[in-house]
Amino acid sequence: MRLYDVALDSRLLLGTSQYPSPAILAEAVRASGAGIVTVSLRREAARLREGQDFWRLIRELGVRVLPNTAGCHSVKEAVTTAHMAREIFATHWIKLEVIGEADTLQPDVFGLVEAARALCAEGFEVFPYMTEDLVVAEKLVEAGCKVLMPWGAPIGSGRGLNNVFGLRALRAHFPEIPLIVDAGIGLPSHAAAAMELGYDAVLLNTAVAKAGDPVVMAKAMAQAIEAGRAAYMAGPMEPRDMAAPSTPVLGRANLT
Amino acid sequence: MTLIVNGEPREIAAATLSDALVALDYADAIVATALNGDFVPARSRAATPIKDGDRIEIVAPRQGG
Repeated sequence: MRLYDVALDSRLLLGTSQYPSPAILAEAVRASGAGIVTVSLRREAARLREGQDFWRLIRELGVRVLPNTAGCHSVKEAVTTAHMAREIFATHWIKLEVIGEADTLQPDVFGLVEAARALCAEGFEVFPYMTEDLVVAEKLVEAGCKVLMPWGAPIGSGRGLNNVFGLRALRAHFPEIPLIVDAGIGLPSHAAAAMELGYDAVLLNTAVAKAGDPVVMAKAMAQAIEAGRAAYMAGPMEPRDMAAPSTPVLGRANLT
Repeated sequence: MTLIVNGEPREIAAATLSDALVALDYADAIVATALNGDFVPARSRAATPIKDGDRIEIVAPRQGG
């Protein structure tokens, strides 16, 4: 898989939030095999220095980071956060979130397109967190996005793929653009389903972090993503309504 | 003078954003800064004057989804 000309072995992108401890986070990242983890920027207290410790831990994992603009509700906040992230993390990558609704955390797609246009023009490589809307996708591609990240379901909901039809249409419409299902995954079967649709990768966090055993779940997600990808490449059969015997009918003994 | 640092009022003496970071004990920390809502790159902090009532945001890497 290639994302903005970077070759990656793993099709799992893992979030780093809400783990029971930093040690479990580190172990889960290793178990997942993820080559990319998402990170954020938050206020740093001079005395506590939590961010300094966290950043040391992430650097020791040797993975690529994808900073986000989580919590930004305006274009200005998102663009400013992207600038801060580029300086701190020394990457042009940005997971662009412009949140439009507090209950569903669904993106403000109008602000998203505007922010994406501004950031792409400045040389950022934008990973937009979006709805599965085809027209929004077109506008983001026009703005310069070379990866699209539609949601499966609201962030942290664990509901899986709410609109399989829409996700399938997006895949068919953009055969050449890497597509990543971002948010809403709760189970390995959800992640496998996304991959079976032909999605290039899955970004998830809560499903692993909030599992009883995050390390085991991280591994399970990695296996599901690998299986789903292999199934897509293998070319699944077409479903049908009525039964079709798999054992040959010809040659059946007459035992009446 | 009084600055609003990450939402809290702080009394410090500083002429530039760079001075303020030292006074606030962030001198050796990996942080990004904004002044009154606008990003100030690290290389510009020493040339960025600050005044009473300015809002400074100081952020660092943190867990994210």
